[in-house]
Amino acid sequence: MNIFLILSVLVLIAISIWQITKIFELSQAKKVNTQVADDDDNNLNGKLMFAFLIFIYGITIFSFWSYGDVLLPNSASEHGVDYDNLMWISFAIIFFVQTITQALLHYFSYKYRGEKGKKALFYADNDKLEMIWTIIPVITLAGLILYGLYTWTDIMTVEENDEALVVELYAQQFNWKARYAGEDGVLGDANVRFLQDFEGRNLVGIDATDPNGFDDVVVQELHLPVGREVIFKMRSQDVLHSAYMPHFRAQMNCVPGMITEFAFTPNKTTEEMRQDPDVTAKVKKINKIRVEKSKELVASGDMALDPYEFDFLLLCNKICGASHYNMQMKIIVETEQEFEEWMNSQQTFAEVIQ
Amino acid sequence: MSTAAAVHTEEDHGHHHKETFVTKYIFSQDHKMISKQYLITGLFMGIIGIAMSLLFRLQLAWPEQPFGIFEVLLGKWAPDGVMDPNVYLALVTIHGTIMVFFVLTAGLSGTFSNLLIPLQIGARDMASGLLNMISFWLFFLSSVIMVMSLFVEAGPAAAGWTIYPPLSALPQAQPGSGTGMTLWLVSMAIFIASSLLGSLNYIVTVINLRTKGMSMTRLPLTIWAFFVTAIIGVVSFPVLLSAALLLIMDRSFGTSFFLSDIFIQGEVLHYQGGSPVLYEHLFWFLGHPEVYIVLLPALGITSEIIATNARKPIFGYRAMVASILAIAFLSTIVWGHHMFISGMNPFLGSVFTFTTLLIAIPSAVKAFNYITTLWKGNLQLNPAMLFSIGLVSTFITGGLTGIILGDSTLDINVHDTYFVVAHFHLVMGISALYGLFAGVYHWFPKMFGRMLNKNLGYVHFWVTAVCAYGVFFPMHFIGMAGLPRRYYTNTAFPYFDDLADINVLITVFALIAGAAQIVFLYNFIHSMFYGKKTVQNPWRSNTLEWTAPIEHFHGNWEGEIPHVHRWAYDYSKLGHEEDFVPQHIPLKKGEEELQH
Repeated sequence: MNIFLILSVLVLIAISIWQITKIFELSQAKKVNTQVADDDDNNLNGKLMFAFLIFIYGITIFSFWSYGDVLLPNSASEHGVDYDNLMWISFAIIFFVQTITQALLHYFSYKYRGEKGKKALFYADNDKLEMIWTIIPVITLAGLILYGLYTWTDIMTVEENDEALVVELYAQQFNWKARYAGEDGVLGDANVRFLQDFEGRNLVGIDATDPNGFDDVVVQELHLPVGREVIFKMRSQDVLHSAYMPHFRAQMNCVPGMITEFAFTPNKTTEEMRQDPDVTAKVKKINKIRVEKSKELVASGDMALDPYEFDFLLLCNKICGASHYNMQMKIIVETEQEFEEWMNSQQTFAEVIQ
Repeated sequence: MSTAAAVHTEEDHGHHHKETFVTKYIFSQDHKMISKQYLITGLFMGIIGIAMSLLFRLQLAWPEQPFGIFEVLLGKWAPDGVMDPNVYLALVTIHGTIMVFFVLTAGLSGTFSNLLIPLQIGARDMASGLLNMISFWLFFLSSVIMVMSLFVEAGPAAAGWTIYPPLSALPQAQPGSGTGMTLWLVSMAIFIASSLLGSLNYIVTVINLRTKGMSMTRLPLTIWAFFVTAIIGVVSFPVLLSAALLLIMDRSFGTSFFLSDIFIQGEVLHYQGGSPVLYEHLFWFLGHPEVYIVLLPALGITSEIIATNARKPIFGYRAMVASILAIAFLSTIVWGHHMFISGMNPFLGSVFTFTTLLIAIPSAVKAFNYITTLWKGNLQLNPAMLFSIGLVSTFITGGLTGIILGDSTLDINVHDTYFVVAHFHLVMGISALYGLFAGVYHWFPKMFGRMLNKNLGYVHFWVTAVCAYGVFFPMHFIGMAGLPRRYYTNTAFPYFDDLADINVLITVFALIAGAAQIVFLYNFIHSMFYGKKTVQNPWRSNTLEWTAPIEHFHGNWEGEIPHVHRWAYDYSKLGHEEDFVPQHIPLKKGEEELQH
């Protein structure tokens, strides 16, 4: 029934457009009907071009005005500060160029709209102009490339060191696990072949013959100490996944048969992040939406939604199957002391397999 | 060389052939008929592709709500009218595949390369009519197989249009990776064969069959674009074919090119030593040039239409040709920017950042040259011209965000988010679609001997233009909020709950845009039969196709093929009464060919 309704509405729209154009044409019966734009068309569409320029500016301003608050809050990692700087510089350049070029394009379309008897200027070439708009992008891009590559090298150079915490992120359809290296700071060897050992208690396939693995700790909620470098080693047991931690400006694919790496230093605890004005505003907005939704739910006899509290998230960002949209893990950044306490309460691999 | 070929073909084809219904309308070897076949098949696929996008937009705006239309169209895949997550993924996958390959590669390039290459260079037909016919029918076959894959038991391919293994390789990983994926791969292999035959034909035709006087430097920019596009296609499509074949081997014959160390559904699989990253390299070696295979023909069409309708020469013809060549060359060495965080060596990321950002330079040159062409013109704002201006606008808006995505550092956090979706839809999806529409409005009289209704064209353009920005501009914000793409819903956990408004707004714009395409379809079909009859050169254009008679027959021109004496852009040239001087008009005494 619905499809019939939709189709008939669409057909009616089509018919009404057709009738309107008919009326439009009949009302100008004296004009020659060539279907080629005449002065009236040029005039109208030229003006619409100018209106469209205002529309583009309008939707830009509107989007920033009403959607500015959905953007990610300030980064919670050390390298994220550089990342955000580079992002804002790039955006400044983009907006500058966008504003000017769209203005020229649409203003010219309006200003030089055709008129019978007018002749265009025969202007085929100007090497100087071509040079200018080759050189300017070259210089701008050179700057962006250099800044970008400098930051990139900085972020991607992962050096093993004693200070750093080594954590394995382990992806599977459709959940995440994390493995800590334990006292020795070395992750035990692992392979999917060992997953079936110990009646499925070997959650990430640690090789039980490798002594480095005995003190490893496998968990389903990621805890990180603030201010200490974390070196992530990513693995996947089935298909491609991507470990995406947007608040830390961090992402790396998890590839079956391969160990990939990413490192960053968290510089804000979860508690500190919850106090951040951007975050509190966002949480407030989300909770308002949830209260509205709860009213509907309660009215139809369901449970109301719990109020939302901010947490860092690890999301899957590579299509991985049906529940890709819900493959996530909570990340908790806490003080070194809280982290140690939490860690001491976890079972090591040796304890799990006993 | 070109002269000899031209004389030779004149003897062969300068007369009417007796043709049966089958040789004229079905197994035709005439480029004009093949071009119409490409266009109509492409439009049909386009309807499917766009309709799919509207379905998943409904799901995104009102997640997990029952819709009657889902029940009708998706049947058992939408129990009680609620879309299944696997079907959501299948819809985005097939939408991408159909739009990129079937509509914007075959539908755009196939239509206009076939129509315009012989007509604009002054040739009787393509170098090989037979190969051309085979090329179309292979495309048709691959379209049929792709559509068929929608109806298999477990559903069509659902691993994203990039079909990364292991997801695409293992039927255990998702239902769409069974028969649906096999059909996808077979369809694409046939599609690639079709594309290669077509491209080789275009290249040979442009090199060998130009009429007397049509030197490479006098070629219209459309032909330059089609010619270079064909070269990119020949260079890169075979690599995708090899990726598809290796994937078929992995799927069906137990090899391990792309698979290693996999545990799925309680079972360790035997695959050892392969790498999904290898597949990503092979895929994007085509995948990125593919963007330009889609875009360059649209830019070529735009160059021609903007010059004709501005009644001005295209500004900086040589720079335009140089930038097409530069883009073509660079396009083959930037594929790694899709893989910054795939696990490949970060040093490679630096190299690809460098080459990728270089592409901004020729792109900027093209954009500025279009704008300068408009300056002090006498703009005839026909629907084709509006779509061309619209193309330049979306090309700039979408292209600029490429500066962010092409930068490996910034890519880390926006990779695979809706920011990417917004970027590539504007810069290649909408732009190329506008190129397609512009081409249809401009050359419809040449194809069907009738004019499209301009008022419907204006309605089509303005509604589409507003909605295109309405859909994709706010989408950047969803990406900047950190929402990954290909999520069935963003309401599974509360963090993205505040995106609901934006998603509704986007979907409303998308639905209106979809309705606007019905106006176009109506105009297209109605005008094909009842449109106003055209005059020979309705847009008062310079290029050779308008010197051919309105009536179509094999061989294009009665008698001798016109010779070419000037470039294609002598609009509003001083010393001429009319504001256009077609290419076949000899230079006046003392007239310089170019007035730089």
